[in-house]
Amino acid sequence: MQKLKLTLENGDEFIGDSIGFIPPENILAELVFNTSMTGYQEIISDPSYCDQIIVMTYPLIGNYGITHEDYENLTPYCSGIIVKEASQAPSNFRSQKSLSEFLCDHKIPGISGIDTRKLTKIIRSSGAMKAVISHTDTNPKLIEQSLKLTLKSDQIQRVSSKTAAHFPSSKGPRVIVVDFGYKKSILTSLLDRGCDVIIVPYDTSFEKIKSFNPDGVLLSNGPGDPKDIPNVIEVVRQIQQSYPMFAICMGHQIFALANGADTEKMKFGHRGANHPVIDFEKDRTFITSQNHGYAVTDESIGSTELAVTQRNLNDKSIEGLKHKRLNAFSVQYHPEANPGPNDTKYLFEEFIQNIVKDKNAKR
Amino acid sequence: MPKDNSIKKVLVIGSGPIIIGQAAEFDYSGSQAIEALKEEGVEVILINSNPATFMTDKGFADKVYMEPLTSEYIKKIIFKERPDAVLPTLGGQTGLNLALALAREGFFTKENVRLLGVNLETIEQAEDREQFKQLMIKLGEPVPDSQTVNNISEALEFSKKIGYPLIIRPAFTLGGTGGGIANNDDEYMNIVDSGLKNSPINQCLIERSIAGFKEVEYEIVRDAKDNCIVVCNMENFDPVGVHTGDSIVVAPSQTLSDKEYQMLRDCSVKLIRALKIEGGCNVQLALDPDSFNYYVIEVNPRVSRSSALASKATGYPIAKVATKIALGLSMDEIINPVTKKTYACFEPSLDYIVTKIPRWPFDKFQSADRSLGTQMKATGEVMAIGRNFEESILKAVRSLEIKRHYLQAQKFDDCSTDFLLNKISKACDERLFILSELLRRDITISKIHDITKIDLWFLDKLYNIINIEKELTKSGCTDEILTKAKKIGFLDETISKYSSKSQNEIVKQRESLNLKPVYKMVDTCAAEFESSTPYYYSTYEDENEAICSAKKKVIVLGSGPIRIGQGVEFDYSTVHAIKALQAMDYEAIVINNNPETVSTDFSTSDKLYFEPLHIEDVMNIIELEKPIGVIAQFGGQTAINLVDKLSERGIKILGTSKESIDLAEDRDKFENFLRDLDIAQPLGTIVSSVDDAITKAKNLEYPLMLRPSYVIGGQAMEIVYSDVELKKYIENAINVWPDQPVLMDRYMIGQEVEVDAISDGENVFIPGIMEHIERAGVHSGDSFAVYPPQNISVNVQKQLIQITTTIAQKLNNIGLINLQFVVKKEKVYVLEVNPRSSRTIPFLSKVTDTPMAQIATRAIMGESIIQQGLFHGLKPEIDTIAVKAPVFSFSKLKDVDTALGPEMKSTGEAIGRDKTMQKALDKAFKAAGINVPTSGSILVTLADKHKEETLPMLQRFAACGFKFLATTGTAKYLQENNLYASEVAKIGRAQFDLLDEIKSSNVDLIINSITKGKNVESDGFKIRRAAAENGIICLTSLDTANALLEAIELNSSQVLSL
Repeated sequence: MQKLKLTLENGDEFIGDSIGFIPPENILAELVFNTSMTGYQEIISDPSYCDQIIVMTYPLIGNYGITHEDYENLTPYCSGIIVKEASQAPSNFRSQKSLSEFLCDHKIPGISGIDTRKLTKIIRSSGAMKAVISHTDTNPKLIEQSLKLTLKSDQIQRVSSKTAAHFPSSKGPRVIVVDFGYKKSILTSLLDRGCDVIIVPYDTSFEKIKSFNPDGVLLSNGPGDPKDIPNVIEVVRQIQQSYPMFAICMGHQIFALANGADTEKMKFGHRGANHPVIDFEKDRTFITSQNHGYAVTDESIGSTELAVTQRNLNDKSIEGLKHKRLNAFSVQYHPEANPGPNDTKYLFEEFIQNIVKDKNAKR
Repeated sequence: MPKDNSIKKVLVIGSGPIIIGQAAEFDYSGSQAIEALKEEGVEVILINSNPATFMTDKGFADKVYMEPLTSEYIKKIIFKERPDAVLPTLGGQTGLNLALALAREGFFTKENVRLLGVNLETIEQAEDREQFKQLMIKLGEPVPDSQTVNNISEALEFSKKIGYPLIIRPAFTLGGTGGGIANNDDEYMNIVDSGLKNSPINQCLIERSIAGFKEVEYEIVRDAKDNCIVVCNMENFDPVGVHTGDSIVVAPSQTLSDKEYQMLRDCSVKLIRALKIEGGCNVQLALDPDSFNYYVIEVNPRVSRSSALASKATGYPIAKVATKIALGLSMDEIINPVTKKTYACFEPSLDYIVTKIPRWPFDKFQSADRSLGTQMKATGEVMAIGRNFEESILKAVRSLEIKRHYLQAQKFDDCSTDFLLNKISKACDERLFILSELLRRDITISKIHDITKIDLWFLDKLYNIINIEKELTKSGCTDEILTKAKKIGFLDETISKYSSKSQNEIVKQRESLNLKPVYKMVDTCAAEFESSTPYYYSTYEDENEAICSAKKKVIVLGSGPIRIGQGVEFDYSTVHAIKALQAMDYEAIVINNNPETVSTDFSTSDKLYFEPLHIEDVMNIIELEKPIGVIAQFGGQTAINLVDKLSERGIKILGTSKESIDLAEDRDKFENFLRDLDIAQPLGTIVSSVDDAITKAKNLEYPLMLRPSYVIGGQAMEIVYSDVELKKYIENAINVWPDQPVLMDRYMIGQEVEVDAISDGENVFIPGIMEHIERAGVHSGDSFAVYPPQNISVNVQKQLIQITTTIAQKLNNIGLINLQFVVKKEKVYVLEVNPRSSRTIPFLSKVTDTPMAQIATRAIMGESIIQQGLFHGLKPEIDTIAVKAPVFSFSKLKDVDTALGPEMKSTGEAIGRDKTMQKALDKAFKAAGINVPTSGSILVTLADKHKEETLPMLQRFAACGFKFLATTGTAKYLQENNLYASEVAKIGRAQFDLLDEIKSSNVDLIINSITKGKNVESDGFKIRRAAAENGIICLTSLDTANALLEAIELNSSQVLSL
């Protein structure tokens, strides 16, 4: 079995077995870990992992194979995955191919046989960092050079749709999803509730959005730093003035920026399906699915018109915002689940209620 | 939501004696509950009749009532203590059923006592089969076609409609007592009949069988704010059809995609919300392996065996959190004790695989039906943790202590493949080994899957193991294969066996490869947050996280899974040893593999290694930790069996030395030792062949007591009366225990006495002497024991003290020592000496108010008896009389003879304490679950030689108002002696014979005096089984009957007292 090497920015090296695809050249990306015990397919195919190498903390990955229905995006954008053990013999009635086949199909390198717990602890203590996947015999100098390169900042541009797409329904309200790298489950969460959905590229102008006659706008999740797309901020300001808005993850961060708050990079982020979030309005704590490396800063909220509605129970970071005056709210986590608990799916209903209220008011 | 400050005093209901389906896990959860209540400043009153538990220790709860777990005693305690609330959800089915009964009659409302964690409606909705079904229908959650029945004819109506197979689930029982799967009318009628009898409300749920579905469990916790979390989900290796307590279980689920995981999670959340449970709950689900269809099997609205397992598997202390929730706190206010930084409101993430394998008692009950179904049969379980499935299951296998350290069982080597294929169609305790043997013979996993429905994923993993084994055989122990084998959990011993390389060579090869285990932490969060849990497991990977401190360390070996003969009593002593070591400022490190116990709660010791107690695993830890020594005397035979191997490797055994243990356990040496000291013992010898035995038997005279050397709990012990029986026993023994000679002793009938003492080598402190109610011949673990003795003279007491002292000193025993004696005609004979902690330590510690294991630990660590402020000799007797009653689980084990004999059969014990012997006995019987009858019919079947002896006792029974049923001979004898006796037909001699009398509940008590024989076909056996299956007390020892009579006589007029 061919070996591959993972070299971290701090110099640590890990050698393991290639799960399938052998990259012809060095792969440089940001190294992050995810603590979900199920849902590897959804994670790998989530565009928010663009340009990231994902360490799975659960040691057995691939047990139930890969199935067409479970893609969050048909093109996975992650740069690589690191696991303790990749299942060679998946078992599930829906399994269509193995993890290895899937990674080969999409030319994503994967390494198994790694002490992923040790690796996770390095990320936990030193923070998410750059890392390179290379052949074991690659000249260390070349790896060093790769590690010196700056990570790209065009992820949203790459993963966002290039043209608008319409998913018609005559029943419910029309929702525009601004695509920063949306997960399919956001779309299905809206469709399941009868919405007429139009997905638009991230850089769609306000006029263009307006021309679709939306009843509400959803800002999707997406990869990278929200500050990489400053032009969007003005559009979001206009949207929130005119339409009920709901923002998820990257969308939440852009919503914050649009209202004068700030974002910062977290040490190693939140990636997993077990994050407790306390909702102050409901006085309840929900278990949420998360995937973010940036967060809205606490001190930047004070001068804005935003109110903090939810916080992470563990590190108290901001998980939910709402506009004090306008019909707009956001969450940092993933109410659409997949992977992870469905406990906060009701947010989609609240969004639709907001739309209905708004429509009634306008009428 | 802050704590409800109106709750100042809480009564916790314990789960009582250990029986199959309700074991040590409730000591663990109960202890956690008490700790949690005390943390919140609540005064805790505890009722539990099980003296072997840690939770009933003095100073743990504010006040402990070791009283029978019956409504009347609970009421009495409530009147006396006036608690604000009762917490019944941590006392298993026993606690819950008691609370339910009291709530139903309105007692709590009337007395203004709150029921915490659960309400009446909830219990009924979850436990009443019909109400549960209606709730599921209301919630839109699928349940299999089913019907609640209250009699046979209703049951037959349903079976005609649905067809077979059908599952029968009796309502309100634990461990599925009385239930099963029926494939035809005959089986069906039998099971329904027993199910109705076992259900306290005579109700069964008959259900369409969904055998073959995946069985998945969710452990879920909810608080009053309606926050819900899933602590852990688990997937059963065995598909639906085998009770989850009898299934191999892994955590987390392995073959469920996120969609399936979340679908079942959603369902579990919905259920706990609908039931409004505030605390822990277990949801069992069946998932179609070929679609998203699923069914809800059942909900346990309380902390359970599964939640203890989930707690140990994740590190998340469910019982502790559930208790705080019961006090009104919400999970987002409770700090996660593992990370100490995060809150209890989150879902643990595992970065390892946990495997649980049940421990069954079939090594003891050779004649028992070993098939597994809906009725639980295991007495305990082991858990193992690994970074891959293979590692975790192989570690679990060797933790079982069933003489197989790997997936091969010699007994199947010579079986035909057809035979084995046929055998796996039905689950049994050995199926894992048969599956492995079939894989070894290249039977495909898909063929095995077709027969067993075990998921291909699991079978593929087993196949991986067998493949490595084959590679070892084929290519030898190359560096590459060795590395692979170690990484998936192989022992050096196993590698050596298949590769024909010596273990020493393998060790050297490993050293050269630097191939040694590292230890990873169990931290609830997959390393996302920094944790300080001192809870570790081994694996073969890069980073070791078990950092050794500079403190002086002592390793305490635990006692492994609970089995007959080695129960929670040993865990009790282990925990005390840890506490004593900590008090002496040593770092106390524990190694154990039993998820049910207090010793494996990571907060008990300074460091917990959740590992098999195999020499290789233990040595690896010793090499890392470099303790000053190892204490083996608290871990039962499990730990004692490691002493030789540890000593050989130069490891210091703290306390009684290897040589002393050998001396006490080696028959020959010990006999000489006693002879030299002029201490009497029943004549005995060692035999190794049939001829040898027959010759030697002539000198000893029958009856003779036979047993293999080095066994626990009197396993395979038997009394024989003739050459024929002797021959049969020896032949069998040579087969089963090929390397062990058989001990053959004269069987002496007399008063049995037991002593536990603590010695520092010089002074011997005896906290108390216990006397057995049953005469010698009944295993001490199955006897009623009384403290202080009621029948021994001052002279005998002197002899007992003298002998105990002499033996302890001459053995140079350091620590605990247990001695068993028989007294005949004022002379004391030594039956057995165990230089270690015994089953009676917790009982004696409690009744004499002496922390024996702690004193012993101090003595072991060099603090003399005198330095501890104690003295040489017997502690003055305490005047409260305490009776220890054995508790059996016969109703759950088909085909097991319930007759008492030298082989231990009980699974637990209960205590009765009071000022008089009669009252103590009465409580002991009640605590043991024996309903003391005050009138009715006694079926008497007596051996001729017992008739005369029994007569006065029967006359007293008659005086209490009992009448008798007997077969011709006995009836005639009774009538001749002016006792009212109706004649019943011997088995098979009439349309309506004595078995029918038993089945028709015409009998309230059976006195069945045994002569001998284990024949399943014998009338005696049939009578005893019929009694067990119909819940009728059957006493086989006249001494027990006599004791019961004492209680009956008392009950005629006495009032209860506490």
